[in-house]
Amino acid sequence: MTNSWTDIKNTDLVIIMGGNAAEAHPCGFKWVTEAKHNRGAKLIVVDPRFNRSASVADYYAPIRPGSDIAFLMGVIRWCIENDKVQWDYVRNFTNMSYLVREDFGWQDGMFTGYDEETRNYDQESWEYQIGEDGYVLTDETLQNPRCVWNLLKAHVDVYTPEFVEKVCGTPKERFLKICEMIGECSTPDKTMTSMYALGWTQHSKGAQNIRGMAMLQLLLGNIGVPGGGMNALRGHSNIQGLTDVGLMSNLIPGYLAMPKDSEPDFETYMSTRANAPLRPNQMSYWQNYRKFMVSFMKSMWGDNATAQNGWGYDWLPKLDVAEYDGMRMFDMMSKGEVNVYFCQGFNPILSFPNRGKLTEAFSRLKLLVVMDPLETETAAFWENHGAYNDVDSASIQTEVLELPTTCFAEDEGATVNSGRWLQWHWKGATQPGTAKTDNEIMANIYQRVRKLYEEEGGKVPEPVLNVAWDYADPLHPTAEELAKELNGKALADLTDPADPETVLRPAGQQISGFGELRDDGTTAGACWIYAGCWTEDGNMMGRRDNSDPSGMGVHQNWSFAWPANRRILYNRASCDLDGRPWDPERVLIEWNGERWVGPDVPDIAVTANPREVGPFIMNPEGTSRFFSRRLMRDGPFPTHMEPFESPVANPLNPSMRGNPVARIFERDLADLGTSDEFPLVATSYRLTEHFHYWTKHNVTNAVTQPEFFVEISEELAAEKGIQKGGRVRVWSNRGQVWAKAVVTRRIRPMVCDGKTIHVVGIPIHWGFKGAARKGFGPNTLGPVVGDANISTPEFKAFLVNIEPAEGGAIA
Amino acid sequence: MKDLAPEPTTAQANPPVQPMESNLLPSDVVRVSATSNVPQPERQLTKVAKLIDVSKCIGCKACQAACVEWNDTHPALEENVGVYDNPHDLTPEMFTLMRFTEYENPQTGDFEWLIRKDGCMHCEDPGCLKACPAPGAIVQYSNGIVDFISDNCIGCGYCVQGCPFDIPRIHKTAHVSKKCTLCSDRVAVGQGPACAKACPTECISFGTKEDMIAKAEGRIEDLKSRGYDNAGLYDPQGVGGTHVMYVLHHADQPSLYAGLPDDPQISPLVQGWKGPAKTAGMAVAGLAAAGAVLHGLLARPNEVSEHEEQEAEVLVDQGGRDNDGGQA
Amino acid sequence: MSKDKLVYSARGDVIEAKKPVVVNRYRGFTRANHWLTAGCMVVLILSGFAFFHPALYGLTGLFGGGQTTRWLHPIVGVVLAVSFLGLFLQMWKLNLPRREDVEWSRNIGDVLKGNEENLPELGKYNAGQKLVFWGMTVLIVTMAVTGVMIWEEYFPGLVSIPARRVAVVIHALAAVGSVLILILHVYAAFWTRGTLRAMTRGTVTGGWAFRHHRKWLRELAGREDGRKAE
Repeated sequence: MTNSWTDIKNTDLVIIMGGNAAEAHPCGFKWVTEAKHNRGAKLIVVDPRFNRSASVADYYAPIRPGSDIAFLMGVIRWCIENDKVQWDYVRNFTNMSYLVREDFGWQDGMFTGYDEETRNYDQESWEYQIGEDGYVLTDETLQNPRCVWNLLKAHVDVYTPEFVEKVCGTPKERFLKICEMIGECSTPDKTMTSMYALGWTQHSKGAQNIRGMAMLQLLLGNIGVPGGGMNALRGHSNIQGLTDVGLMSNLIPGYLAMPKDSEPDFETYMSTRANAPLRPNQMSYWQNYRKFMVSFMKSMWGDNATAQNGWGYDWLPKLDVAEYDGMRMFDMMSKGEVNVYFCQGFNPILSFPNRGKLTEAFSRLKLLVVMDPLETETAAFWENHGAYNDVDSASIQTEVLELPTTCFAEDEGATVNSGRWLQWHWKGATQPGTAKTDNEIMANIYQRVRKLYEEEGGKVPEPVLNVAWDYADPLHPTAEELAKELNGKALADLTDPADPETVLRPAGQQISGFGELRDDGTTAGACWIYAGCWTEDGNMMGRRDNSDPSGMGVHQNWSFAWPANRRILYNRASCDLDGRPWDPERVLIEWNGERWVGPDVPDIAVTANPREVGPFIMNPEGTSRFFSRRLMRDGPFPTHMEPFESPVANPLNPSMRGNPVARIFERDLADLGTSDEFPLVATSYRLTEHFHYWTKHNVTNAVTQPEFFVEISEELAAEKGIQKGGRVRVWSNRGQVWAKAVVTRRIRPMVCDGKTIHVVGIPIHWGFKGAARKGFGPNTLGPVVGDANISTPEFKAFLVNIEPAEGGAIA
Repeated sequence: MKDLAPEPTTAQANPPVQPMESNLLPSDVVRVSATSNVPQPERQLTKVAKLIDVSKCIGCKACQAACVEWNDTHPALEENVGVYDNPHDLTPEMFTLMRFTEYENPQTGDFEWLIRKDGCMHCEDPGCLKACPAPGAIVQYSNGIVDFISDNCIGCGYCVQGCPFDIPRIHKTAHVSKKCTLCSDRVAVGQGPACAKACPTECISFGTKEDMIAKAEGRIEDLKSRGYDNAGLYDPQGVGGTHVMYVLHHADQPSLYAGLPDDPQISPLVQGWKGPAKTAGMAVAGLAAAGAVLHGLLARPNEVSEHEEQEAEVLVDQGGRDNDGGQA
Repeated sequence: MSKDKLVYSARGDVIEAKKPVVVNRYRGFTRANHWLTAGCMVVLILSGFAFFHPALYGLTGLFGGGQTTRWLHPIVGVVLAVSFLGLFLQMWKLNLPRREDVEWSRNIGDVLKGNEENLPELGKYNAGQKLVFWGMTVLIVTMAVTGVMIWEEYFPGLVSIPARRVAVVIHALAAVGSVLILILHVYAAFWTRGTLRAMTRGTVTGGWAFRHHRKWLRELAGREDGRKAE
C-alpha cells in the first residue's frame, strides 16, 4: 500500500477492482465503512461476481476476468477526453512532458522490439530522449508529439466505451457511470483510493493491471495524498514482510537485487546502480544503493566482510537465470533435476497451479522437508485419499519429513501489514508437542551443516563458514536479536562528515534510521528499509499508543511503519508546487517556508524546497511515470492482452495469445486448453469464512463454510441441467474436480463481442486434510503461466468445462 | 469489597481489569416465566440494545464464529447445499446466523445481496417468556435482555411456539432451549456482546437503546442520501420494541431480508392460550369438580333397592321375560 | 351360542349367579385396560396441569421435576392412546346411539333426581355413558394428534410453528374438555351406588342391572350363554 489501512477513512471514493476487500480483508474493510459513514464516501466495485464487497457498494459493474486493462485504459481515455485531469499535479509531479525516443512505438497490441524467438522485447527504444547534460528533454507545452502526454493519448485512443463493452462485457452505461464517479475525483479536494489484491496480480499481465490503475490515479492527482493511493491488500499475514526481507529468489532484503552471473564482482554489480538524477535537483534516493548493500553484507558476514574482499560479495549467490522461484523449481523437479526441497510455511499442493504436475514433481524428489504448524496436503501428497488425492502411494519413493513449527500466536515477532506497519506481537500460548520456532529449526540445521563443512570441507564452504552468527544461543536466535539485526547498528563511531570530531552514533549502538547507513563498512543493517524499527529507544514495533491528534489516521506512535515510520508514501505529493496541501481539510505535511512539517513523516528531505525537489524521490526523475521506461518487461504502457486461456481473441491482434512475454514453460504451453473444448471462464478466490488452507483445520471456520463448491449463474445451470446444491464435475485441460454447485444470480453471463461468456467461480479453501469436508481447489485446474514481471500464476482467468455429476468423488 | 462492574455502553468497552462483581443481579429481573408476582426491582438499569446495520454487513460470519467461541458451542459440520448460509439454520449450538438473500430491486433494476444477521431480538414483550411454563426458565432484566436460564428449563418447546421470530431451538441432548443471550454474562461485567466486538465493519454495535436509536438515525439519513428512500429502523412495536434492532435499506419491506416478520407480534393463539384459556380452563375444571363434590354431598345417592334385586332375580328366572310376558 | 342376538350386551357379559343375581359386567382384561387408561389419565392430567398453569407447576415434583415431567407426559400420552384404543374396540358397538337414548336424555332431570322409573329401559350404556365414551374418544384422538404436533423431543419439525400454535391451543382446550368428562365419569360412578364394583370386581348386582340397564340384563337372561349359573 502506498497509504495505510487507517488512511482509507479519508477517501471520497473507493474503487475495489482486482480484489474483494470485504471478502478477503474484512478487518481492513472497516476503514471503507468508516469513510462511507463519516465522509459520505462512495464505493464502486468492478468484479466478475457480485461479491461481498459489492453487497455494500454504491455501484457495481461486471467485468470479464482478465480484461481489466481495457477497462482502465477506457477510464483514462474518458478522463482525458472529458478533461477530468488534475492538471497542476500532472504537470508538476509526473513525466507527462518528457520526450520519448523517436523509435519507440506500439502497433497491433505490441511495442517495438519484440522477438518471437526469445519471447522477449528488446527494450532499447523504451526510453526518454536524454539531453547532453544527462537530463531528460521535456516540453512543458505538451505540444511535442513525442511527449508522454501525446503518446498516452494516442495509446488509449482505441479504448472507447464501445471497445470496453465489447472486450470486458461491461454494459456501456455502467462503464460510463463509473467514469463519471471517478472523474469527480480529479479535483484537488476529492480523492479516490484503489483497493486491489490478487484479482489483479494473478494474471499473466498482473503488474500491468496495477500500472493501469496507478496511471489513472496519477491523472487524478491521487498518489501521495490522504485517502488516495494504490493500495495492494496483502493476502497472507506478513506476506508484506516476506517480500520486504527478500524471501524471493531474486531479491535480498530491502528490495536489493540478487547478483547475477553477469555481475562477477561488486563494482560491476554497482556500475548499473548509480541512479544519477534525470532532472536537476532531484534526490534520486537509490543513489544510496551502495550504503544499503554494503551494510547488508556487513550484517551478513560481519568482520569477514572487508573493503578488500568487496564486502564478501563473492559469497553471495549469483543467478544464472532471472529467478529460481516456485514456477521454475517445480518445473525442474518434474524433470527430476531437484533432490531435496524444503517447504516452509507453504502448501503448494493446494496453492500452486497444475496440481497434477506438482504431485509428479514431488514424487521425483529424494527428500521433502515440510515445516508447518499444520499437517499440510503437501506433507501428505503421497497419501491416497480417493478422488481427493488419487495417487499410487507405493510408487512414490520420496521421503517426507515433517518438522512441526510454532504458529504466530506461539512465538513473538513482527508482522508487517499491507500498510507496511511492523506490528510486534508477543507469545500468547505455548506450542503443542515438539513444535519449535522456525528460527530454532533453521539455526539447528545451519549449525549442523556448518559443522559438516568444518569437519569435512566441501565445495565453496565460504558462504556457510563466513556467516556472522553472533546470537546468544547459536541454536536459537531470538526474534529480538533478529529484529535488531534487521534494524542495523554502528560498527564504529559514526562521525559527522562536516565535523569529524562529533560522534553522531557511538560504535555498537542501534541506528535510528537508514540515513545513518554508510558504505565504508562502519555500519551493518540487514534490511535498510526496516532501519528505525529497533533503535536505542527500544522496540518501536511494540509501541501501542493509538492516539491520533491530527485525526488523519496517522497514528505515529503505534508500531513502526517502514520507511522511517512514514505512513503515506510520496506524501510530498499531497501538497501543491508551493507546498500547500491540495485539500486544507486533509493535511499530512506542509511547507512552512523552511521545513516540511505535519503529522506524517515527510517523504522528502525536510528542508527540500518544494519548487525544486520533486516528490517521487526514489525515481531519478523526481516525478512519477505514465511512461515506465524499461521497468516492465511487457511494455511502458499497459496494453490489453487476453489471458492465455481465453474464450475470445484479442481484438488488437487476434494472433496474439496471452501476454507475449509472460513466463511459460514448454510443457505448460502444451497443457493449455482452448475455448472450443473449454468454453467457460473460471476465476478463483477466497471466502471470508476461511483463511487460505489453514482454517479448514479449525472446526468453527469449517462449520461456517464446510464444503467445496463452485459458483455459477442460473443461466449456465439451466443450460447444463445443474441443480442448486447438486454435485458437479469441473475440468480443464489439466485436471478435474468435483464440487457442490452454488447457483446464483450474483454471477451473470456476459456478452463479449457478441459471444455469451459464462463465469465459473472457484473458491480455494478445501483439501484432504483438516476439519472441513474433503474437497479440491482451483489449483488442480489452473495453468502454470507466470506474470511477465512478477511470475504470479494466472489463477484469475482460465478455461474449464462443467457438467452435473452423480455422486462423484467418494473418498 | 469488590465494585460492581460498569454498565457497558459500547461493544468495544473494555472493563477495568481488577475483579468486579457481576452487575446483572437477580434483583434486576423484571419478568420471570410462569411467575406472576415478580418483586419490583430496586433500580432500573439503562435499557441496552444491539444495533445491526444491515447496510454495513458484509456477511463475513465473524459474529457467528465469535458467538461459537464465547458460548463454547459446537455446531455440527454440515454440507454445502448451494447457498452461503452455514449452518443452514439456527441450532441449539448456533445462536446467530447470517442469512443471505438475492434480490432484484424492481425500482432501480439493480441487483442487491441482502445479508441479515439472524438471532434473538430480545423483545420488550417476549413471546417466549409468555409461553414458557417453567418458572424462572426465561427472565427479562430491566436493561431489556431476555435470558434463558437452562437450570430451570424443561425443554418443552413452548418458547418455540411463543416466539414471533422463530428463534429458540431445543437442544437434542441437553433438552433445554437455547438462543442468543445478548451475552448477558459479558454485559454483566461491563463488556459488549461478543458478536459486536468481533464485527469488523461495526455493522453490529451495542450501547444504550437511546444511543443506538440515535446512531441508527444517522445511518438512515446516510442511506437516504444514497437513494434508499425507504431506509429505516426496525424496532417493531408489535412486541413493544426490541433490544436488537436493524437498520434496513428497505424498512418498508422487512420480509425481503430472509423473512424478517413485517409486523411481528405474539400470536393471538399464544396470547389466548396463555391468557384467557389458562384462567378459564382452570375455572371450568375447578367449578366442575366442586359442583360434583357438592352434588355428591347434597343430593341423594342413586341407590339400588332390595326390591330391585328381587325383581332382577325374577327377571333372570324368567329368561329375561317380564311377568306379563311382555318384552323378550 | 352365536345364534344369540347381541344387541345390548357384549359376549363376555354373563350372569354369574342367580340367587342373588350377580352379573359379570367387565372381564378382567377390560378392567385392566380401563385402569391402565385411568392411571395414564391421572398422570397426564397431573403432568399436563403442571404445564398448563404456573400455580400447578409444583405437580412436576410428583414425577421428579420438570425435565422428567416433560419427557414423561407425551410417552404416557402414547400409552393412554393405545390403551384407550383397546377400550374403544371393546366398547364402541354398544355405545352406538339408540332410540331410547333420546328419551333418556330428554328426561335428564329424572336421571339426576334418581327417578329411574320414569326412564326407558336401557342397554349396557345410557346416553350419559355414551357421551363419556364418545367425548373421550374424540378428545383423546385430538390430544394425540396435537400432542405429536408439539412433541418437541421427537417431532420438532413435523409441522410449522403457526400450526404448532394452533395445536397447542387445541391440545389445552381438549385437555380441559377431557377433564370435565372425567369429572362427570368419576362422579357418576360414585353417585350411582353399586357401579364401582363393575370396574373393581367386574360384577354388578342384579338389582343394579335391573335398575339402570334392564335391557342389558334382560338380554343376558334370555341368552343361553348368558346364564352360566344354570
